[in-house]
Amino acid sequence: MKNLNASILEAKNVDAFFGDFQAVKRVNLSVEANSVTALIGPSGCGKSTFLRTLNRLHEEIPGARFQGEVRLNNENIYARGTDPVRIRRKIGMVFQKPNPFPSLSIYENVVIGLTLAGIRSRVYLEETAERALKAAALWEEVKDKLDSPGTSLSGGQQQRLCIARALAVKPPVILMDEPTSALDPISTARIEELLGELKKEVTVIIVTHNMQQAARCSDYTGFFLLGEMIEFDRSTTLFTVPKDKRTEQYITGRFG
Amino acid sequence: MNSYSGDRRFQNFLRVLSSLVIIVLVLITIYLVKLSWPAIAKFGPSFFWQTDWDPVKEQFGAGAFIFGTVFSSLLALLIAVPLSISVALFLTELAPKRVAGVIGFMVEMLAAIPSVVYGLWGVFFLAPLLRLYIQPFLGRNFGWFFLFQGPPYGIGMFAASVILAIMVTPTITAICREIFKAVPETQREAALGLGSTKWEMITLAVVKSSWSGIFGASILGLGRALGETMAVTMLIGNRNEISASLFAPGQTMASVIANEYAEAGSNMHVAALAYVGLALFVVSFLVNLIARRIVVRLRS
Amino acid sequence: MNTEALSEALYAKLDRRRMWKNRICLGLLGFASLVAILPLLFILYFVFLRGLAGLNLSFFTELPKPVGETGGGLGNAVLGTLVLVTTGSMIGVPIGIAAGVYLSEFKRSRYSDYLRSSVELLAGVPSIILGIFAYAVIVVPMKGFSAFAGSLALSVILIPTVAKTTEEVLKLVPDHIREAGLALGLPRWRVILSVVLYGSRSGVLTGVMLGIARISGESAPLLFTALNSQYWPKGIFQPISSLPVQIYTYAISPFDEWTQLAWTGSMVLVILVLVTNLFMRALIASRGQEGHKR
Repeated sequence: MKNLNASILEAKNVDAFFGDFQAVKRVNLSVEANSVTALIGPSGCGKSTFLRTLNRLHEEIPGARFQGEVRLNNENIYARGTDPVRIRRKIGMVFQKPNPFPSLSIYENVVIGLTLAGIRSRVYLEETAERALKAAALWEEVKDKLDSPGTSLSGGQQQRLCIARALAVKPPVILMDEPTSALDPISTARIEELLGELKKEVTVIIVTHNMQQAARCSDYTGFFLLGEMIEFDRSTTLFTVPKDKRTEQYITGRFG
Repeated sequence: MNSYSGDRRFQNFLRVLSSLVIIVLVLITIYLVKLSWPAIAKFGPSFFWQTDWDPVKEQFGAGAFIFGTVFSSLLALLIAVPLSISVALFLTELAPKRVAGVIGFMVEMLAAIPSVVYGLWGVFFLAPLLRLYIQPFLGRNFGWFFLFQGPPYGIGMFAASVILAIMVTPTITAICREIFKAVPETQREAALGLGSTKWEMITLAVVKSSWSGIFGASILGLGRALGETMAVTMLIGNRNEISASLFAPGQTMASVIANEYAEAGSNMHVAALAYVGLALFVVSFLVNLIARRIVVRLRS
Repeated sequence: MNTEALSEALYAKLDRRRMWKNRICLGLLGFASLVAILPLLFILYFVFLRGLAGLNLSFFTELPKPVGETGGGLGNAVLGTLVLVTTGSMIGVPIGIAAGVYLSEFKRSRYSDYLRSSVELLAGVPSIILGIFAYAVIVVPMKGFSAFAGSLALSVILIPTVAKTTEEVLKLVPDHIREAGLALGLPRWRVILSVVLYGSRSGVLTGVMLGIARISGESAPLLFTALNSQYWPKGIFQPISSLPVQIYTYAISPFDEWTQLAWTGSMVLVILVLVTNLFMRALIASRGQEGHKR
């Protein structure tokens, strides 16, 4: 798939295994900068596993194996000697269940990516916290209680906190693994709204089992089935005139 | 209905038999008080801070034993808690399954070795090691420090504390393992996803949220240390004195009972020892109660 | 306000330090584990190295000889431990199993809460205090030390151990097995005895064995209940020798023949404990495949 704008992330022939089981089969993907790319498909089709190969989280699972290449700004993140820590700083992640650190305050949660990296400047950290919380549309709600524990917020707020946390280190790419599936409809809507704003600064790759969400919020969509990416196209195209019969069957609710 | 009454009878039978557990606990309290009453009547609470222990003159004060118990237990915890946390982290976060199984088993085996065997090993291996190498080394280089003063007997507070540390490590490690395992995987993922090193992930996601559990585990370890008798008796030197030095011999509440009870002559001597036992019973009862509260609350 | 990401160079410098810290700290964790198991290895090494030398038939069949004479054994201590442990088990095992069965099979109630707390608290009582208890209950009225007093103390130590392992093992039986028994028309008590308890008998038995191995090594509660003896056991109401107490006595003695006996005795105890624990491990490992905790 050729894109008009520069592609920021490219996956080439990605295979991912859990022991002998192959969860992701020869996926090739090119992600356009400053876009929202959605990955859809029935449960267990490998989209979450594939997502985790993009920030090298997959290899943390005992028994997991990887083959292929993933290039961020044309640098192969799987090259020998490449430190996963550095890569993960550039590719943030938001998880399905909001997971702020319970032992840290809201403020500490937001800047944890920076403090871990060793950044100590109070001024920089506070500026960053404000910037990130504003970008995650959470600043107004928490600016007076930055010292409360991260877990004292509601589910939707916690997830926005996690988004702010991921944004704080200014990664060029953010991965989201079903970020709204554990939230109520109102919180879900707020986060979907956020995506349109976020993509001005970062590139978002979002895994979702909610097709309507993908159709609403994403510029590009990839359809996964049994570990393979069957089709990848502009969302408007994929959801109206899909090229593959299986894609059509999935989006019309024939299975999944 | 026939079967219902059978069920009833069975349940009652079990109740009666198992209630002996509760009854025994109550009886222990009663008999301890009964046996120690003469000493309680004569010495009262001052028993706990007086340090004269003279069976001949029938003057009894348990201050030295309380000091010995507290000192040796705290020192043992000082060694055992960081060690146990490290082992538990190694087993839950680092070691591959097979290795974790083997090392975990070996740590559990430490708990199964009888106390006298620890004592025997301590007398023939640990004490000479301390006497010939470690204590002289410490004395030569750090002898100005009050902890390292006095002749290097080998046997003494240091030896007893080290052996206690070894003996409580399995308990603390086991609870810590449970606690660390209970930390949700998503916390670890969050830390790694932000670009943390494995060690940073462990401190941030696992340890930071487990402090109250670690505290509970330590208190449980304290409970075990308080009641340890044989190994301590064989290694502590059995001197009814208080001293600030690690090298000095001492006495704990459990060891004085082990040493003197069988040959205690007068009723007052027996009563005094029973009084010490009562104190030990109450203290370890309370410690275990607190520890249980913390650990049970965390398990739910 | 600085809105750009911090430079790569800055991060790289900080990262290097973090890498080293990571390696060192993880290494320390592994080192700590080695330190923790080292005493076990040392103890096993010493006990077997020195104990093996004295392992012969006479160890089990002869009485200790007076100082100076060679030979002799700890036959009386071995037999004494057998007597004490058997008597203690006869008292402690039924009570412990009853408690374990009750806690596992019956609905939670005020009584079961008290029972569970009592089991835990009893488990935490120092064994020497249980010795004082047995002294007060038996030695004082009988005006003399006896094996029976020692057995009582041991039985009280045994009860919480057996109760806990019994409850644990019974809880491994999945609920649908109980339901199957009830569905066949068996009354509840029958299901518990013939289906649950009988089905878990190897687990329960192993738990009992673990408890027995443990009390075989206890010496503190025997010091002033069963006391000690240099002769063959004379009866349940007389003082009696036991392996742990003899080890204690001989360990602090200055005579080589006696310390040799102490080492061999220790080896016997360690083997007993190791074997039972390995057995329990193997059993749980194989059972773990079938049943699952409820």
